[in-house]
Amino acid sequence: MAFTLYALIQTAILFTNAIAVLHEERFLSKIGWGAEQGIGGFGDEPGIKAQLLNLIRSVRTVMRVPLIAVNSVCIVLLLLFG
Amino acid sequence: MEYPNQSGFRQRKLQAGVRMRGTPGDPRDPSLLFDDTSAGGDKHDLSGVGKGPGVCPGQALISDPMSNLALAYGSSLASHGREMMDKNLDRFIPISKLKYYFAVDTVYVGKKLGLLVFPYMHDNWEVIYQQDTPVAPRFDINAPDLYIPVMGFITYILVAGLALGTQNRFSPEILGIQASSALVWLIIEVLAVLLSLYLVTVNTDLTTIDLVAFSGYKYVGMIVGVIAGLLFGRMGYHLSLLWCCVSTFVFTIRTLRLKILSEAAAEGRLVRGAKNQLRMYLTMAIAAAQPVFMYWLTFHLVR
Repeated sequence: MAFTLYALIQTAILFTNAIAVLHEERFLSKIGWGAEQGIGGFGDEPGIKAQLLNLIRSVRTVMRVPLIAVNSVCIVLLLLFG
Repeated sequence: MEYPNQSGFRQRKLQAGVRMRGTPGDPRDPSLLFDDTSAGGDKHDLSGVGKGPGVCPGQALISDPMSNLALAYGSSLASHGREMMDKNLDRFIPISKLKYYFAVDTVYVGKKLGLLVFPYMHDNWEVIYQQDTPVAPRFDINAPDLYIPVMGFITYILVAGLALGTQNRFSPEILGIQASSALVWLIIEVLAVLLSLYLVTVNTDLTTIDLVAFSGYKYVGMIVGVIAGLLFGRMGYHLSLLWCCVSTFVFTIRTLRLKILSEAAAEGRLVRGAKNQLRMYLTMAIAAAQPVFMYWLTFHLVR
């Protein structure tokens, strides 16, 4: 399977976009993956679900603005070069 | 060359622990980063400043004070740019930490390669520490290094080109495609391991570079398999790949067990608890991914 670095970049952008479009109120809370449901007790170890929810929330917070820029660049490049 | 600023420029160029060369005629000093190509230019600098225009009448360029100034300015700009680039590069790629991973010698490489192919007799898998920092790989065979993975990667690409060439499927682009393909799989594997380590909240001192090193050790097994396949056909390929897969699996488990599992569980005592079980599963999953990748990256090379 011939992967190129460009395919990896495309995959990364698509994954990040997919995580960014998960809406907090309409979707995540409905299936029990909301931000407030992730903070369990203040026990010693957060479980896997708490870590995952934390990860999703932090990716959405951090990558929101850079994704706008990256997506715009991608759109322009795809329009120009097909 | 009688440029007055020559020694200053070259002095700034050879940073990082190189002492000022007293006499250019020294035999090759192992601490020098670059070869001495001055050919006696340094000695004459101080004397050349005073009688520069007179000594070299043919070089009208440097007799003009304006171009002297321009030369000085240009050299200072270049060295300033270089310093800034070094400083910024060090923020993204920790160069000083990378040097630790390349502090290897021949004995270490030989023993480590033997350990990768036959890890069953080795007893002590712990990494030796020295005041909280791990000892350089030269002194500890269990320490991860980046020399073998990098060399293994390059050799794998060359061997892949060789294998494809024997089947008349070679073209120069194939090398680039193989290289980027293997690199992408490596990046994916390292990211997957990092993600799973984060999710399982393991308190470990495994750095990203350590993970790259451990993922790169499988190239040795792949190379052995492909070469055996070239020499002995498909049966040789399958047998040697099977052997290398099993030994890489055992090697990875024994190395990562000490880093990921807690102290008690790593010593072999059965420690009940969901956390340790999860960590054991994680170690086995990482180790099981190695043979899968080894087969995936080589089966199309041997027909």
